[in-house]
Amino acid sequence: MRQCAIYGKGGIGKSTTTQNLVAGLAELGKKVMIVGCDPKADSTRLILHSKAQTTVMHLAAEAGTVEDLELEDVLSVGYGDVKCVESGGPEPGVGCAGRGVITAINFLEEEGAYEDDLDFVFYDVLGDVVCGGFAMPIRENKAQEIYIVVSGEMMAMYAANNISKGIVKYANSGGVRLAGLICNSRNTDREDELIMALAARLGTHMIHFVPRDNAVQHAEIRRMTVIEYNPKCNQADEYRTLAQKVIDNDKLVIPEPLSMDDLEELLMEFGIMEEEDESIVGKTAEELAAG
Amino acid sequence: MSTMNREETEALIQEVLEVYPEKAKKDRKKHLAANDTSLEKSSKCITSNKKSLPGVMTIRGCAYAGSKGVVWGPIKDMIHISHGPVGCGQYSRAGRRNYYVGTTGVNTFGTMNFTSDFQEKDIVFGGDKKLGKLLTEIEQLFPLNKGITVQSECPIGLIGDDIEAVSKKAAKDLEKPVVPVRCEGFRGVSQSLGHHIANDAVRDWVLHNRDDDNSFESTPYDVTVIGDYNIGGDAWASRTLLEEMGLRVIAQWSGDGTLAEMENTPKAKLNLLHCYRSMNYISRHMEEKYGIPWMEYNFFGPTKIEESMRKIAAFFDETIQAKCEAVIKKYRAEIDPVIEKYRPRLEGKRVMLYVGGLRPRHTIGAYEDLGMEVVGAGYEFAHNDDYDRTLKEMGDATLLYDDVTGYEFEEFVKKIKPDLIGSGIKEKYIFQKMGIPFRQMHSWDYSGPYHGYDGFAIFARDMDMTLNNPCWNKLEAPWLKSEESSDAVAKAA
Repeated sequence: MRQCAIYGKGGIGKSTTTQNLVAGLAELGKKVMIVGCDPKADSTRLILHSKAQTTVMHLAAEAGTVEDLELEDVLSVGYGDVKCVESGGPEPGVGCAGRGVITAINFLEEEGAYEDDLDFVFYDVLGDVVCGGFAMPIRENKAQEIYIVVSGEMMAMYAANNISKGIVKYANSGGVRLAGLICNSRNTDREDELIMALAARLGTHMIHFVPRDNAVQHAEIRRMTVIEYNPKCNQADEYRTLAQKVIDNDKLVIPEPLSMDDLEELLMEFGIMEEEDESIVGKTAEELAAG
Repeated sequence: MSTMNREETEALIQEVLEVYPEKAKKDRKKHLAANDTSLEKSSKCITSNKKSLPGVMTIRGCAYAGSKGVVWGPIKDMIHISHGPVGCGQYSRAGRRNYYVGTTGVNTFGTMNFTSDFQEKDIVFGGDKKLGKLLTEIEQLFPLNKGITVQSECPIGLIGDDIEAVSKKAAKDLEKPVVPVRCEGFRGVSQSLGHHIANDAVRDWVLHNRDDDNSFESTPYDVTVIGDYNIGGDAWASRTLLEEMGLRVIAQWSGDGTLAEMENTPKAKLNLLHCYRSMNYISRHMEEKYGIPWMEYNFFGPTKIEESMRKIAAFFDETIQAKCEAVIKKYRAEIDPVIEKYRPRLEGKRVMLYVGGLRPRHTIGAYEDLGMEVVGAGYEFAHNDDYDRTLKEMGDATLLYDDVTGYEFEEFVKKIKPDLIGSGIKEKYIFQKMGIPFRQMHSWDYSGPYHGYDGFAIFARDMDMTLNNPCWNKLEAPWLKSEESSDAVAKAA
């Protein structure tokens, strides 16, 4: 069984990419489970055709404690026999979402959710690794492979670099490795070259370039993956290719995160960022006009 | 009378520090000193109120302990919720022996444990709703409570619960004070910050409640007892003396204290402060806001009691001063025979103390009244103003140790070989096993009171029965005894 975690900047398309990738794996006969690690609980909706799955934490709150739950209470099965679990957590502004992830994953382990003959487990994690809870999937004995979803936008690459720093921390104490960048295209200039360059600098590879295609949105409105909604379209083939590449992937590395200067240099090289003009820092509009 | 001179004390500190790695040595060195009675400011010789080093055995508590355990807990007609997981409240329940009068569960609640008993789901989803429910349930089950405090345990601060909003709403619904206290255990370096936070909560949520209420009839002789937690009845033994002097004690903070007393305290003429460390903050606040002066006093041992009573009387008129002298005379007749009885049994005995924020200096006079000498003293959580007040009480070149580590304390004791150690439960059995008489000076070893004249008689008895207990001659196993002594036993048989 391979355990993989998907990280990336918020809004980059982690959940969409994960579910479409998983659908591709399922189509290839793989047994897969998705563990959503986000209080929003939207990591499994395309597989289950539902708005939001009932989560481990909400069930636990209803039952009293998490110990009162059984595995079948929290596990739903969707398209391609993909097993789905959502950790769940509080509404924004209260409680501790990170603790929710920790509790849910511990519960799954203790209940033997991983003991079945699964080929893959995918953790779909909240965009910002704000605390230890959201690093839970990459700690010891959990996910060994991290895929970072990224695009040619500046902040997405900043996030990818920061996530790599987190991986380095846990790579030294456990077995977690960076398995590659998935470019979820935003149609920026020379996006593929840029992400390949970034991947090279991090010591990894761009595992696949997923082009932008409205088919994804069309499927999403119907709460379906592209492979299920329109298996014949080009985009479905893209996800199938990604799935095959993930199956064949054996390039697992400890990343070498870039320094801020190096990253900015890379961005400037591709014209995403302009040379900083130090003389204007801290100057008001009035001062500059007078300047 | 001290057996060690300055060079020897300093050499001892040096020797004990030797075992530490360089960084730890540098840090701990600042917390150990030979007393210099010529100094006015202790900052010249000792550092305090700093974070303990990881890896040492510190004896400190936490902010929750300082607020719930010390300041708020003894207010008997309020219910104090330990908000968070069950352990903090349960393991600190009724442990401090704050005596009180009342019917537990009806109008007094000091020895009960109220907790929100946090579970995983409360951490994940937040505990505000549960707290709101708990407040309502308390009101239904214990309607005679006069108010409620919410004592925060660590998770409350971590998950960012809004206990202030819940408390405000509940206060409105229940029409009684509900006080949120942000005393999460991880705040500060010891329980000391908990005292301060608790004082601030009193200031912000309680003290002004009766500012516009003139129904309380004041007298010119109204005083309060502040910073007496009535351990084993201490505050009662102090209060009687003040009353015999002609003063009226209108509030006890907080041993056997009530919410109403706290609220009426701004109507006092003088605040009498026993434990400076834990309640100087609120005393200073009342001085600033209400113009009430405060005075530190010490009711341990006749010498200090007389000194303090005269100082207090001097604040009032001649009637009080005359009564004060009469009281002193009356108790002298009672207490002289006590000293006569115990002093010969204790004369010249040497004591090492390591307690909280007051007793290492306040009990020195009581030991001296019995002819004993305090040769080493240290505080768990004192600040430098406490050490300022300690320098003059201790002999020159005696040993001072701040936030002492388990290792240091043991080594000091091995070298100094005191006749008696006064410290807490965690130290007790270590030193008793080393064959050294020990008194627990946080809880008076389940005895007390030790304050006032009544308390001194008990103090003297306790020190004697501990120090002169025949068990200390039985430490050697019979088969390890020398020939001589076993011969003697054989002959006797």
